[in-house]
Amino acid sequence: MVQIAMATGFILILMGLYGALTNQNILRIIVSFSVANTGVNIVLVAIGYIHGRTAPILNEAVPVAEATARIIDPVPQALVLTAIVIGLGITTLMLAFAYKLYERKGTLDISKFSELKW
Amino acid sequence: MIKRAVVILFLLGLGSLFIGLMQGYIPDTELNQTGRYYAEHTAQDIGAANIVTAIIVTYRGLDTIGEVTVLFLTAAIVGMLLSRGNHKGKSLQRELPQSGELLTTGSYLLVPLILLLGAYVFINGHLTPGGGFQGGAIVASAILLMLLTDPLRHFSHQLITVIESVSGLLFVSIGVLGIFYAGGFLDNRILPLGEFGSLFSAGAIPIIYSLIGLKVGAEFSSMLVNLSETEDS
Repeated sequence: MVQIAMATGFILILMGLYGALTNQNILRIIVSFSVANTGVNIVLVAIGYIHGRTAPILNEAVPVAEATARIIDPVPQALVLTAIVIGLGITTLMLAFAYKLYERKGTLDISKFSELKW
Repeated sequence: MIKRAVVILFLLGLGSLFIGLMQGYIPDTELNQTGRYYAEHTAQDIGAANIVTAIIVTYRGLDTIGEVTVLFLTAAIVGMLLSRGNHKGKSLQRELPQSGELLTTGSYLLVPLILLLGAYVFINGHLTPGGGFQGGAIVASAILLMLLTDPLRHFSHQLITVIESVSGLLFVSIGVLGIFYAGGFLDNRILPLGEFGSLFSAGAIPIIYSLIGLKVGAEFSSMLVNLSETEDS
């Protein structure tokens, strides 16, 4: 189970990086970065999983006394919650910059933006 | 062609690194030390049923303040970048097609329900999966639905700003109260812990998480509104 989730995450990271490095359109690059970001999150959550255990929420299913033996690691989950929110912020920023670039040049083709190329 | 070959070579290298990582990975069978500490101490120290919430709001509350600040910064930068300036009038707006009966009627039905669900998710953040960030995102999705229905709809920037600043300010002041009335900054025990598993439990966590929910919802909404108001061609 963990291996499947982890492999999916790694494949998503590679797919995202491939898309970001080969596409010419800035919007497609942004989408590729989101895909890679999702892959990283999946890998992080997969690392926190322990076989046969349940979510770190204490209720009738998981009494307080048995918590240590019944729940998965809560730390990666808290970490991924943070990572998702920051990832959303980064995506929004990239979209805003893409809009600004389009306003300047009237195109979203990354090869037309060569001011900083050497 | 060479460029693509370099890219594929780079990804092959990265992929073999990943395969090495996966082969060397041995899944845990026991909680590690940090996880065990949280599992054993959350119930009596914090009183929150959702351990992830206890970590985010109380154990690592300072990091959450940082996270909310990053989000605020993003919203501010998006607002600054996309502010229209004075050089462009509002006369450029093109005619938009009608949004359709289904979408309009559906949004009348769904927007209040989505707002209610968002509020439910962030108020119950200490008991069920969910919390301020998720609830805030749900609230913002109601705003998105309203924007889809009527792209020219005007949302009050001032109202969004006021909600955001007031909830941020209250969040930090509750944190400061923790220094005086409990163990430290953002300590949730300034209020009684209450009965474990009920709505009014876990001290200040429901209040703090509701404030985070309002703040995140306002920030996401301001990003959405700013992005939608750029449509001027």
